[in-house]
Amino acid sequence: MDFIKPGINVDFVNRKRLAFICSLVVILIGIGSLVIKGGPHYGIDFAGGTLVQVRFDQAPNVGAIRDALGEEGLGSSVIQSLGEDKVAIRLKSEEDQADTVSDDVFAILENRFGQDSVSMELVEMVGPQVGADMRRKGILSILYAMVGILIYITFRFQFRFAMGAIAALVHDITITVGVFSLFDKEFTLPVIAALLTIIGYSLNDTIVVYDRIRENIRRTPKEKLAVVVNNSINQTLSRTILTSGTTLIVVACLFILGGEVIHDFSFALMVGVLVGTYSSIYIASPVLLLGGKGDAAARTSVRQG
Amino acid sequence: MRTKVKTRLIIVLVVLIGALVSVTPSLTETLPGWWTKILPSKAVRLGLDLKGGMELRLEVQTDEAVNNGLTRMASDLKTIFKDRKIRLRRAETTGFNRLLVEVRREKYRDDAMNVIRDEFPDTIVTEESETKMIVTYPESEISRIRENAVAQAVETIRSRVDEFGVTEPTILRQGENRILLQLPGIEDPQRAIALVKRTAVLKFMLVDEGATPDSVPPGDVILYGKDYDAATKKTQRTPYVVEDRILLTGDTIKDARVRYDSQYGQPYVSLTFDSVGARIFEQVTGDHVKERLAIVLDENVYSAPVIQERISGGQASISGSFTADEATDLAIVLRAGSLPAPVKILQKWTVSSSLGSDSIRKGLMSIIFGFSLVIVFMVFYFRFSGFVANIALVMNLVIIMAALALFQATLTLPGIAGIVLTIGMAVDANVLIFERIKEELRTGKTVRAAIDGGYGKALFTIVDANVTTLIATLVLFQFGTEQVKGFAVTLSVGVLASMFTAIFVSRVIFEAWLENRTLDELSI
Repeated sequence: MDFIKPGINVDFVNRKRLAFICSLVVILIGIGSLVIKGGPHYGIDFAGGTLVQVRFDQAPNVGAIRDALGEEGLGSSVIQSLGEDKVAIRLKSEEDQADTVSDDVFAILENRFGQDSVSMELVEMVGPQVGADMRRKGILSILYAMVGILIYITFRFQFRFAMGAIAALVHDITITVGVFSLFDKEFTLPVIAALLTIIGYSLNDTIVVYDRIRENIRRTPKEKLAVVVNNSINQTLSRTILTSGTTLIVVACLFILGGEVIHDFSFALMVGVLVGTYSSIYIASPVLLLGGKGDAAARTSVRQG
Repeated sequence: MRTKVKTRLIIVLVVLIGALVSVTPSLTETLPGWWTKILPSKAVRLGLDLKGGMELRLEVQTDEAVNNGLTRMASDLKTIFKDRKIRLRRAETTGFNRLLVEVRREKYRDDAMNVIRDEFPDTIVTEESETKMIVTYPESEISRIRENAVAQAVETIRSRVDEFGVTEPTILRQGENRILLQLPGIEDPQRAIALVKRTAVLKFMLVDEGATPDSVPPGDVILYGKDYDAATKKTQRTPYVVEDRILLTGDTIKDARVRYDSQYGQPYVSLTFDSVGARIFEQVTGDHVKERLAIVLDENVYSAPVIQERISGGQASISGSFTADEATDLAIVLRAGSLPAPVKILQKWTVSSSLGSDSIRKGLMSIIFGFSLVIVFMVFYFRFSGFVANIALVMNLVIIMAALALFQATLTLPGIAGIVLTIGMAVDANVLIFERIKEELRTGKTVRAAIDGGYGKALFTIVDANVTTLIATLVLFQFGTEQVKGFAVTLSVGVLASMFTAIFVSRVIFEAWLENRTLDELSI
C-alpha cells in the first residue's frame, strides 16, 4: 500500500520563499503574543507559588470559592475550574508562610463547604529559590541540547548541515512557545521536557532527509544541489508522513485520554510533531541551499566525508 | 534451518523470555517460593504521581546551627563563671558567628578569656574592650558544624519517619545542605510535615516566682505557654518568667512513651532519662522543691508543674491537653532527638492516592488505544510486513517494562507518556526499513536481496536519527525531578529497545519465514 505515489516530485525547494514567509508570520504572531502578555505564562515550577487541586462532591461555584478565600485575605488567587468537580487554585508565594498556605486554603474550603464534600487531590508548593533555579536549568538544558546536536551533526555530516538543523530547531521552539502563549497554556517542567523531546524528534526527520541528500550527492555528483535536495525530500516524503502520522495519532490519544495532569505536556508534543515535520521539509533542507556559491563546496566535502 | 538464522532466533527468544520473566512480578501479587530465590522478583516501582504520597525538599539552616553552638556555649559559661566567681554581665550572640561576653569589671576580663580558651579550645577569643570579648568559631569549625548539622538532621528525620511508619520512604541528602524526602502512600501529609519540621529542642528551666511579666529581672527571660481551651476553641498565651539557665536538655532523654492517666484516660508522655540526666534531674528537683519547673519545647512552655519532692528515679512526665496523635508525635520527636538546626521547606508536592489511580487508569487507556490504532494501521498499510513489525512492537513494550522492573527505575505519568511516544516512534524504524525494501523491490531485486538491501541501507539512518533523541533524553536526566527523569528513562529505553526490535528481531522473523520458501513477491 502506498499513500504517496513512488514517483512523486513535488517542487518543495522553489516554494522556499513562500515557506519562509509563512513561518516568519507565524513566529511573529507568537512573539507578538508573548510581548502583549508580558512574557511566557510560567507555571509554579518556574514562578514559584502554591497550587492546590481540590475535588468537590458537587459542582463547585467558582465565585463562592473566590469569596471564601477573599474573606481570609487570599483573594488574589487564580481559580480555574477543571471539569465538573475539580478546581485548581493557584497562589503566589509569600516568603514566610509559603509552606502552610495550602493548609490554610484547604481549611477555609472545608469550613465553607463542609468537611466531607471537599478532598485534596494535589498540592504543589515551590519556593522562590527553587523556581529561579528551575528557570535557569530549563534554559540551560535547551541550550545544551542544541549545542550537543550541533556537534553531532557537524561530526556526522558537515557544518552547513548543522546550520540547517539548528535553523529548524530554533524555528520549532519559537513557534511552540508562541502557540503556548497564544492559547495561554502554562509552562511547567514537563512542558520543557516536551520541548526537548521535540528537539530530538524533529532532528529524526531532518537527519533522514540529510542522509538521503548525502547518498544522492554521492550517486549523482554532477547534479545541481537544489535538484538533489528536492529529490531527496520527495523520496523520503512517504516515510516522513507515515512516521509523523503515527506519532501524531499516539500523542493525540494521550491528549484526549490522558487526563488533565498531562494535558499541557501532550499539547506541546502535538504542536511540536506538526511543526517539526513541517520544518524538516521546508526549513532545514532549503537552508542548505542558502549558501549560493557553497553548492560545489558542499558537494565536494560530502563526497569526501 | 540455517545455523545463522537459528542462532539469531534463539537470541530473540532468550531476550523475550527474560523480559517476560522480569515483568511477571508486576502482574501478580504472589510468587511461588522457588521463583523468588533465583528469578527477578521486584515489581515496577510507581512514582508518587501514580501511587500518591508526598515529596519534600528541605534546606537545613546551617547558619543557625553555628549560632546554636555559640548559644549553648553561652549557657555553659554562665554556670562555669558562677563557679569560678567571675561576675558576668551578659553573654549573647550578636550576629552570625559572634558571641559577645561582657564581664562586670575589668579585673575579670583576662580570667574570663583564659577560662574560655581552656574550656572551649576550638574557638577564637578576641578582646573588644576592657570588659567585653568576642568569641567566634574559625572557618574549619564552622564547616564542621555545618557538615554535622546536615548529617544529623538527615539521621533525625530518618528516625522520625521510621517511627511514623511509612513504607519505603526515601531520605536523601542533596548537595551541601538540602534533603529530599519522599513518603509514598501517606494519608496525613500535614501531620507528617509537622513531624519532620519540628526542631524539638527540649529544655528544663526554673520559673522565677518572685518576678512578674512587667518587671523582668536581669538573667531572666519571658517565655509563653499556649493553652488551648477545647470549649471556646481559643488558644491563650500565658507568659512565664523563667530564669535564663538551661538545667537539663532533651539529649539526656533515653526513652519517651505515651501513657494514659488512670483517672481521666488523658494521654501524657512519660520520659526516661539516661544516668547523667537522671542524676541532674535528681539534683535539680532536690534543690528546688516547691518551685515550678518549666518544661520548654521549641521555646514554648508546655507545662510548669510544681516540684513536689526530690525525684530520683530518672522519670518525668509531660502532660497537657494532648490528643493521642499529638502525644504520639511528641514522643516520636523526643525519642528521635532534636534537629540541630531548623529546616525550611523549599518545595512540597502531595498527590492523593485517588488522583494517582486516576492517572494510572488514564495512562493505561492511552497506551491501549494508541497501541491498537498503530497495530491496525501497520497491518493495513504494510500487510504481512506490518504484522511482523507489530510483533516487534509488542516485544518492544515488554522490554521497556522489564527494564523498568529490573533496574527499579520509577514509572511516572510522564513516563507513561514516554511509552506512548515510543510506540509512535518505534514505527519509524520499521517504516524506514520497509520503505527501503519497497524501493529495492521496485528496482527489480529478488525478495531476499531486497530485504537484505533494505535493512543494510536503513541501519545507519536509524542509528543517526535515534541518537539525537538520546542526546535530548540525556539532557533531561540532569533535571533531577522524579517526573522528568521517569520520562527520560522510558523514552531512552524505548528508543534503544525499538532499535533492537526493528533491526534485529523483525529481520530474524523475515529470515525465518523465508527459510525453505521462495517468494516472488513480498507482502509489504
